[in-house]
Amino acid sequence: MAELLQFVFSGLTVGAIYALVALGFTLIYKASDIINFAQGEFVMLGGMTTVFVTLAGVPLPIAALIAIIATTAIGLALHRLAIEPARGASPVALIMITIGASIFLRGFAQIIFDRRFHSLPPLFGSDPIKLGGAAILPQSLVVLASAVVIVTLLWLFIDRTLLGKAVLATAANRLAARLIGIDTRRIVDFSFAVSAAIGAVAGVLITPIALTSYDVGILLALKGFAAAMLGGIGSALGAVVGGLLIGLFEAFAAGYLSSNYKDAIAFLIILIVLVSIPHGLFGRAKIERV
Amino acid sequence: MRPLQRFTVTALIGLLALLTAENFAFAQIKIGSVLSVSGPASFLGDPEKRTLEIYVDEINAKGGVNGQKLQLIVYDDGGSADNARTFASRLVEEDKIVAMVGGSTTGSTLAMIPVFEEAKIPFISLAGAIQIIQPVRSWVFKTPHTDKMACEKIFADLKARNLTTIALISGTDAFGKSMRDQCVAVAPNAGINIAIEESYGPRDSDMTPQLTNIRNKAGVLAVVNPGFGQGPAIVTRNYRQLGIALPLYQSHGVASKQFIELAGPAAEGVRLPAAALLIADKLPANDPQKPVVVDYSRTYQQKTGQAVSTFGGHAYDGLMILVQAMQRAKSADKARVRDEVERTKGYIGTGGIVNMSSTDHMGLDLSAFHMLEIKGGDWTLVPGT
Amino acid sequence: MRTLLEIRLLPALAVAAIVIVLPYFFPSAYYFRIGALVYIFALAVVGLNLLMGFAGQVSLGHAGFLGIGAYSVVIGPVYFGLPSWLCVFVGATVSGAVAFLVGRPILRLKGHYLAVATLGFGLLVAIVLTNEAGWTGGPDGMSVPRLALFNWQVRGSDAWYWIAGTTLVGGFVLALNLMESPTGRALQAIHDSEIAALVLGIDVARKKLTIFVISAMYASVAGSYLALFNGHVTPDVAGFLRSIELVAMVVLGGMGSIVGSLVGAAVLVVLPQVLTIFHEYEQTLLGLILMVFMIFLRRGIVPSLAATFAGRRR
Repeated sequence: MAELLQFVFSGLTVGAIYALVALGFTLIYKASDIINFAQGEFVMLGGMTTVFVTLAGVPLPIAALIAIIATTAIGLALHRLAIEPARGASPVALIMITIGASIFLRGFAQIIFDRRFHSLPPLFGSDPIKLGGAAILPQSLVVLASAVVIVTLLWLFIDRTLLGKAVLATAANRLAARLIGIDTRRIVDFSFAVSAAIGAVAGVLITPIALTSYDVGILLALKGFAAAMLGGIGSALGAVVGGLLIGLFEAFAAGYLSSNYKDAIAFLIILIVLVSIPHGLFGRAKIERV
Repeated sequence: MRPLQRFTVTALIGLLALLTAENFAFAQIKIGSVLSVSGPASFLGDPEKRTLEIYVDEINAKGGVNGQKLQLIVYDDGGSADNARTFASRLVEEDKIVAMVGGSTTGSTLAMIPVFEEAKIPFISLAGAIQIIQPVRSWVFKTPHTDKMACEKIFADLKARNLTTIALISGTDAFGKSMRDQCVAVAPNAGINIAIEESYGPRDSDMTPQLTNIRNKAGVLAVVNPGFGQGPAIVTRNYRQLGIALPLYQSHGVASKQFIELAGPAAEGVRLPAAALLIADKLPANDPQKPVVVDYSRTYQQKTGQAVSTFGGHAYDGLMILVQAMQRAKSADKARVRDEVERTKGYIGTGGIVNMSSTDHMGLDLSAFHMLEIKGGDWTLVPGT
Repeated sequence: MRTLLEIRLLPALAVAAIVIVLPYFFPSAYYFRIGALVYIFALAVVGLNLLMGFAGQVSLGHAGFLGIGAYSVVIGPVYFGLPSWLCVFVGATVSGAVAFLVGRPILRLKGHYLAVATLGFGLLVAIVLTNEAGWTGGPDGMSVPRLALFNWQVRGSDAWYWIAGTTLVGGFVLALNLMESPTGRALQAIHDSEIAALVLGIDVARKKLTIFVISAMYASVAGSYLALFNGHVTPDVAGFLRSIELVAMVVLGGMGSIVGSLVGAAVLVVLPQVLTIFHEYEQTLLGLILMVFMIFLRRGIVPSLAATFAGRRR
């Protein structure tokens, strides 16, 4: 029993990380139908910038704030300088631009930071909380809580504010949205900025558990993307559920089956789920226009 | 020609002359290097590149080798063996190197060996696996200890402490897998019984399921973790998180003070086999390696601002062995240099004292490894090892 | 009729001309190696282009088939004593079979969901290759026995340049013929509108599966060549980054443009070699160039340039 609980804790720890990354994919997709493969780099920039700014002597909370602001600016720049000019290109071309951006940001990080890996101090100390024979780090609970908070905020935003409705409108039909006076360019700007901010926050909170280095973005983007798709792309709740599920699959596979194949098992399950539920767990079928 | 045109043409010719002058002024000795500077093995390649650059500059500042300056050509294979092969070909055909120090990973080394064997260029590899020098290939050498030696050192210590039933938790990367294979092969002879094995991905962030299985396995007296990079740090932290009290052994892949910082208080009591480089300041004054490792540590730390790493030390050894061989051969002729590299005897480096021969292209024995224990946030030497 | 035939195979003839003429400009074996690599990757890209460009199905795990092909020329000779050239065909057959089995359930998915499914497939292949060290040599990989044809040991970049070049021309001919065949037209119909194609009576699922299998076989042959050429194979031939590289080659060259496959492959093989002179800034510049290409030549290099010239001519 204690070991089952430990596996659950491990799954939630890792799953919360994936959930936070997956949330970043959701907003940009909601506003513009683009899958932003540079999302992983936003997480990396959040973590690495905080590390290096604290190394320069700045206290942690301010360093984190600086990192989040800087990453948000980079997200905005990504939209304005790289995505906007290519407006009208095919979805694959846009994805390729985000891939190019992720390579660029990784190269950039190698130069201004370094290639080693780093950590940050956890928010509530590193002594684990013991529960029923298993142990979980307080930081894991922080990551979990922040995923819940962000999902709630996103839901409230989309559902209750005018700006949120404007985002939905832009996603549904860009031309129609412009016709009724929505500045779609600003909307997508905003979505990129917020996604970057979410990524940066994720980076700051994840680093005390998972460490950070210039190339954490690759694997995180991969898992985050898979989580977002599993949950149904466009659904924030789906992103979190998808992330947690993948974490749990991995933990149970490692614990009960084979630690060599845990990633493979997790992906196999994702494949099976997608084949049975083609739009992901919480996704909505896109109406195909003939 | 109008004056402006004349000036521009002269300037361009002058610029061209300047750019090519470096190559024509004095014939330089071209040394090639293909390293995994970026990518999954950057933990290895990055310090290696920095070390080579620092010391090639130092050697050139002191007048070079045999009166000629060294020219270092470094390519980054990004951790891919295929890229390494292409760059090896480029070094041989285009850059026309006379010697090669590089190959951060076993995969890239094995991919490049045929190129250098065929071109008859001495190749000093910086990778760990024993297959690089066994079977012996006439043009291939290596400086790091083999992972087999690391296992033997760990097992000897386990035996001495009567911890003969152990668990292995290894990274699925090439370094971890190779060392795990060697440990499994060596265990029976060393009187060690491996009761349970687990593994983790090199970029995983939580290993508690695997460690829980290990903790629940009856009879396990100690845990050994072959791996490199961030994995061991996270394993160590998880170890403490789960409250596992068994002795934990890390591998030489952990190789740098940064591990202690990242693992934090969890690192207390962890043991690992390491070269003298990591405890440079704590070596007894009469240790022959002391001057070399202290000097390298200080220089590296000064020039890069980063803690010294054993992988950088391997690159240092590779370069110095090559340079000394060239000095002994009094030429940069590939065949003569190769012969002199093979005749390296008593070279005191960061990895140990190297004595090569025609049947041993690495030259280190078990005495090159010391068993270290982490106490009070720093390395200490376990007495008698 | 003859004129039609000429025009259809024109790209193949153009490639053949390039393959024959280029070596005159090669100063050393290194260039032959680059050329061979470009042709090998172009072969895989042609297959992927058929899937992505013509049939409109995105695959983020195509390097998995590259891996199957690459490892079949190691496992076959080393464990079963089969001759290497036979293993190229065996690999292609295995890849085709795997594509058939995997494709049937997966190809029902659309858009990004299909992307994730193919991503998962690619990762699965890479993980199996890494873990089953008893067969595959694990993460450090295995040495590949040289290809032996009629008692001649094929070695050297120039030999492989010609082999890869010839195979590429053959691959082009096959692809171009396929595009003009009923299957090819059906695929274009599916790409334009799947529902309309269904209405017309096209067996959409079957056509998609067919092209998936064909593109897998292209990739497998390319993977086999890569392994035989390099003499060594590691699991990251099937890795995620490789898959992304292949997709980038397709998109850069131009989706749906067979000639673009060669261009895309050439750019992404040659560019990293050229960028090494910038040392630390290699990756930064690569990312920048990729972005710039996609912003200004957004339909891919070949279609965008073709459109510019077509516009100018008027």
